[in-house]
Amino acid sequence: MRLTKLLERVLSAIPVAIGVAVLAFMFLRFLPGDPVEIMLGETQVTQQQIDSLRNQLNLDKPLITQLALFLAGVLRGDLGVSFVKNAPVVKLIADTLPATIELTMATVLVAILIALPVGIISALRAGSIVDRSVLSGALVGVSMPAFWFGLLLILLFAVELKLFPTSGRIAATMVVDRTTGFMLIDTLLAKDLRAFGVALKHLVLPAITLGVVFAAVLARVIRASMLEVLSKDFVTTARAKGLREWSVIIKHALRNALIPALTVTGLQFGELLGGNMIVETIFAWPGLGRLVVSSIFARDYVVVQAAVMLYALTYVAANLVVDALYTLLNPRISL
Amino acid sequence: MKRVKQLIATPLGSVSVAVITLYVLMAIFAPLIAPYGPEATSLGQRLQPPSAQHWFGTDSLGRDILSRTIYGARVSLLIGVVTVAITATFGTVLGALGGYYRGAFDAVVGRFTELLLAFPYLIFAIGMMAFLGPGFANLVMALSLKGWVEFYRLARGQTLDQAEREYVEASRALGQRHSRTLFREVIPNILPATVVLGTLRVGYFMVLEASLSFLGVGIPPNIPAWGSMISDGRGVLFIAWWVSTIPGIALLILVLAINLLGERLQEIYDPRSKSRQRFRRVNRSKAATVTSTTEEAA
Repeated sequence: MRLTKLLERVLSAIPVAIGVAVLAFMFLRFLPGDPVEIMLGETQVTQQQIDSLRNQLNLDKPLITQLALFLAGVLRGDLGVSFVKNAPVVKLIADTLPATIELTMATVLVAILIALPVGIISALRAGSIVDRSVLSGALVGVSMPAFWFGLLLILLFAVELKLFPTSGRIAATMVVDRTTGFMLIDTLLAKDLRAFGVALKHLVLPAITLGVVFAAVLARVIRASMLEVLSKDFVTTARAKGLREWSVIIKHALRNALIPALTVTGLQFGELLGGNMIVETIFAWPGLGRLVVSSIFARDYVVVQAAVMLYALTYVAANLVVDALYTLLNPRISL
Repeated sequence: MKRVKQLIATPLGSVSVAVITLYVLMAIFAPLIAPYGPEATSLGQRLQPPSAQHWFGTDSLGRDILSRTIYGARVSLLIGVVTVAITATFGTVLGALGGYYRGAFDAVVGRFTELLLAFPYLIFAIGMMAFLGPGFANLVMALSLKGWVEFYRLARGQTLDQAEREYVEASRALGQRHSRTLFREVIPNILPATVVLGTLRVGYFMVLEASLSFLGVGIPPNIPAWGSMISDGRGVLFIAWWVSTIPGIALLILVLAINLLGERLQEIYDPRSKSRQRFRRVNRSKAATVTSTTEEAA
């Protein structure tokens, strides 16, 4: 029964995904100006070059044909060719995606490591000084621009303390064979522990930058939902049964309190991806975000279109996963 | 007046109101307060650390950071307030119409907002700005095109809830037209929630503006804005910490004050959250029984 519901939910995401692809396609076409002229910018070009680029991008065809060609391409896994980098967009994305996934996973890990204990303790000691400082800290975290925080971290940990590197994923002198694209895994596969350590050090500052900002949001949610759950009858029952306090908190309360936290994680996923872009730019992290930002500035239309779509699809997929986890955590909720 | 009194009844409420007022005054009277012109360069005074002459130091063109920070409040406040005014009006009206009349139009707009939500805000805005070019109006447009969605969803949900209430039925029974019932009865009742969201969004848009200006696609470089000032300092981070740090602190304090104000407004307008706040201070086991009974009563 739950499986069919899940299947329905997955199927319902398909029209959204198609809509997202169409919107990503439309996105840049609705803006004023001729995309080819915008792309070529100030450079001196002949009319012939303009025509050939227009033809290459299918811009000389009617809009609906362009859309059909784009969608057909997406289904075939062909997202076009970047005319700036002269490479298939799929390859550019495949090259940069692992770096972004690695950073995102590290970010989420940092956020959970901070937010979970902090949120729980804050809820258990509601009203105390600890709780109030957590709330104030979280509010500062929510109000803080991530890119500025990143610069502060660089200032403190790289400039003053010289503890962590500030750009890239690995030292420029180190060569690591690319197997998976995930630096931490690749260095381990190469049995190069020193490189693994260096890669880990590179990951620290960008992951903390994003993770702390994300943790601020998460800690507030966990605290609020823990507080709500702790007042519920089943918690009182669990306590009355004589269960140990930590068992009541972890097994009974936390499990239920995590559900709202999950929703927030899903909804915040878009913010996280957006934040990724700017943090990747600051730390010269060779991921998808940096590719998008540099493509936007190079007016590399084809890459931007594909990446915008990919980001949006990721968001849709992330929320689908969140919905699925919902049922796992709480059998009473059916999809 | 009663609301204002409630607002400043708590220390945090009054502090946030005071800070915001201070920033607004600073923005309005910038030419009178700023010790130097925001664009006055002095190559002999490049990258000076904070001193009696330049309280917050100077940047790599010798411009006074204090003066530029004061002027920068103009851009942030203006972008935040104007964008919220546009998105809140548009989103609330559309959401209220959708929630009240429902039907096909509502369904179409609803689907469309789901799609818009899937696009990360920053990517959406950077993409638009890169092709529109930096500028105040372009920035407001890029932020507004997606920013109305949250107001729409809030207003729609609230209207759906309000439409079930008795006063709506009464208004209809008295022979009021639907449009009058919606605009005179329902919308005033959903405004408090919109005001809370609007306040929080002012801070959010400010941070977005700063992010875009930081990347060089927000406010044109000849206008002092905190985001571009932070970006200016990036290149000299290793030798002059103050260039990036100061405008960031200015932004952080303002956004913090706005968020505090938003939370305070929420407490005032949503008594449930207020009562919860109060009970948090009570002993845990007591609080459990008290909140559960009040929630049942509500």
